[in-house]
Amino acid sequence: MHVEEKMTVETWPAAPEKQTLEAKNKFLGFWLFLGGETVLFASLFATYLALKDSVPRSDMPLAKDLFEIPLVFAMTMILLTSSLTSVYAMYHMKNFNFKKMQVWLGITVVLGLAFLGLEIYEFNHYVHEFGHTFTSSAFGSAFYTLVGFHGAHVAFGLLWITTLIIRNSKRGLNLYNAPKYYVASLYWHFIDVVWVFIFTVVYLMGMVG
Amino acid sequence: MANGQLNSGNPRVDIEYRRKKNAEEMKHQVITFALMIFLTLIAFVAVAYEGFTGWFIVPFILLLAVVQVIFQLFYFMHMSHDGHEAPKLFMYTGVLIAFVTILCYTTIIWW
Repeated sequence: MHVEEKMTVETWPAAPEKQTLEAKNKFLGFWLFLGGETVLFASLFATYLALKDSVPRSDMPLAKDLFEIPLVFAMTMILLTSSLTSVYAMYHMKNFNFKKMQVWLGITVVLGLAFLGLEIYEFNHYVHEFGHTFTSSAFGSAFYTLVGFHGAHVAFGLLWITTLIIRNSKRGLNLYNAPKYYVASLYWHFIDVVWVFIFTVVYLMGMVG
Repeated sequence: MANGQLNSGNPRVDIEYRRKKNAEEMKHQVITFALMIFLTLIAFVAVAYEGFTGWFIVPFILLLAVVQVIFQLFYFMHMSHDGHEAPKLFMYTGVLIAFVTILCYTTIIWW
């Protein structure tokens, strides 16, 4: 079957994300990329842990002065839910239901935007209320690099998924774009994987002291 | 290329079967999600509750994070499915290097 062939419910394969050679390569290459991302984020986590609370003056805020449970909890719930909504999108992809897939991805994007909005509010709050900036201390640099890098991943993921939704809106689902959607959803889950460690290591452990 | 699902000679029957299988998997995904929410709640409550010491909370919430990430990787990202041998190799290698990096930075460098 040809990649751009018009598909029907009857001809749609059980694993549409791995039907063509290009799709198989994409799948393999993307997981290799995720393995590399794991190492990248590990180096940022390691730097953060080593430099946590390293401030030049004793009147500067430490982790336990900055972080508050309600905001982090809201961000965590939003991102976790967006992970489930992208699972729903892939469920509809497997059933060849293009419209529902697009809707669930749209919900995922909205939740991602909400998360990003809260993160911007949070950073703004730290900078203006506490004077905790990227250059104020080693702690600040390590914190903003780690959490900001994750935020940049969220922003990139939102652009990626939005582009897919718009680009394929009139095209419908075929074996050419199914792997593209699949890989984007893997990326989105990986963002949540990183966040699980950020809320645990940075925020919760920061509040414990 | 073979479709891999048209094997009973009646495509409608096969589609019904696949839909049922997909629906069942989706049900498991929702259960996984509920468990992840539950683990997150426990982690936040453990920190918010004043009664525990850091020596207990830190390893405890790290363990909860690891369990949650396993759910995410194996169920949401389908690493438990067949045909994920290479992804497993990549991720385990990544995790190994990640672990050594963090261990090194927190014990030797800038200590």
